[in-house]
Amino acid sequence: MSDQAFSLWVYLSQTPLLWLVVTLGAYVIADRMSQAFGRHPLCNPVLVSVVAVALVLWVTGTSYPVYFEGAKFVHFLLGPATVALAIPLYENRRVVLRAIVPMVAALIVGSVTAIVSAVVAAQFFDMPKSVLISLAPKSVTAPVGMGITETLGGDPALTAILIMLTGVIGSVMVTPLMNALHMKDWRARGFAVGLASHGIGTARAFQVHSLAGTFAGIAMGLNALVTALLLPIVLKWLIG
Amino acid sequence: MIVSLTLILLCQLLGEVIARGSGWPVPGPVLGMLILLVVLSLRDRIRKAVPEFGRALDSTGKGLLAHLSLLFIPASVGVVQRFDVLAAHGVGLVVALVVSTFITLVVTVVTFVVVSRLSGSSMDANDEVRAGERP
Repeated sequence: MSDQAFSLWVYLSQTPLLWLVVTLGAYVIADRMSQAFGRHPLCNPVLVSVVAVALVLWVTGTSYPVYFEGAKFVHFLLGPATVALAIPLYENRRVVLRAIVPMVAALIVGSVTAIVSAVVAAQFFDMPKSVLISLAPKSVTAPVGMGITETLGGDPALTAILIMLTGVIGSVMVTPLMNALHMKDWRARGFAVGLASHGIGTARAFQVHSLAGTFAGIAMGLNALVTALLLPIVLKWLIG
Repeated sequence: MIVSLTLILLCQLLGEVIARGSGWPVPGPVLGMLILLVVLSLRDRIRKAVPEFGRALDSTGKGLLAHLSLLFIPASVGVVQRFDVLAAHGVGLVVALVVSTFITLVVTVVTFVVVSRLSGSSMDANDEVRAGERP
C-alpha cells in the first residue's frame, strides 16, 4: 500500500463514518440477498450481515470497540424502535384485546419454559455458572437481556451473542415448524416467535404476516418485562 | 417526521427516567412503548391542535420497524470478542439454544392456541381482513 493510501486508511478506520457505512452496506446487501432468495429463513439478513462485518473486521485487523464507535449510531435506534412497537400494537388493539387471555397464559408458560429449558439443556455440558447465567436470558431483547446478565454476575457480551443466535435460530425454525404443526393462527405463531426470539423473530414475523409481526412485538415487550422479574427467582432455584 | 421522532424519543426518555428513578428492573424503552400507547389513544384530541400529528407518527414508526433487523447488527458483531468462550463451550451452547428455542416455540404456540379455544377468543375472519388492510 502506498503511503498516501495508508494514511487515508489510518484516518478512515478511526472515524465513525467508515464503520457506519460498512454496517449499513452489509445490511443492504444481505437484505437484497434475502429478497433474491424469496426471504428464505436460512438467508437471515442479521446472520449474513454479522458474518460479513466480522470478516471485514478480521481482514482489516480492526477491534470491536473501534467498530462500535461507528456502529453505535445504528445500535442507538434499538430504543426508539422498541417504543415504536406501540404503533402497530395500537392499530391492532381490538384484535389484541380479544386475545388477552391466551396472551397472558402463553406469556407466563413460555417465559418460564425459555429460561428453564436453556439452563437445563446446558447443564448436560458441564458449564461454569457465569456461562449459565449469561445463557438464561437468551430469549429476551438484547438491551434488557444484557442488563439482566450484568446484575446477576454473568457476561453481557456473551449474552448479546447468545441472544443474537437465539433470534436467528428461532426465525429460521419458526415457519417450517409452525407449518409442520398445522398452526394457522397468525396471532399464536407471531406471539411464539416474538417470545422465543425477541426482535429478530419479530422482524421475521413482519416479513411473513403483519398480524404475526404485531403479536411478535407484543410478546417481545411483555417477555422482557416478565423475564426481568422472574429470572432471578427461577435461576436461584435452578443453579442455586 | 422531526415532530414524531422527537415524540418517540421523548417517550423513551420518560421511560428511562421512570425505570431508573424507581429502581424497577424494567427496560426504559419498554415503558416508553407503554407511554406511546397512551399518547396514541389520546391522539384524536391532540390532532385538533396539531393536525399533521398522527400521520407522520405512523410513517416514522413504521420506517423504524421496517428495518428492525439492521438494528441488531452492531451488538451481534460483538461475537468477534468472545471466540474463546465459544471455542470452549460452543457446541453445548448451540445445542442448548436450538433445543430451548424449539421447546419454547412449541410450548408457547400450543398454550396460546389451546387457551384461545377454551376462552372462546379464537381468530375470526374479521381479524384476517383487518390485518390484510395494512401494508
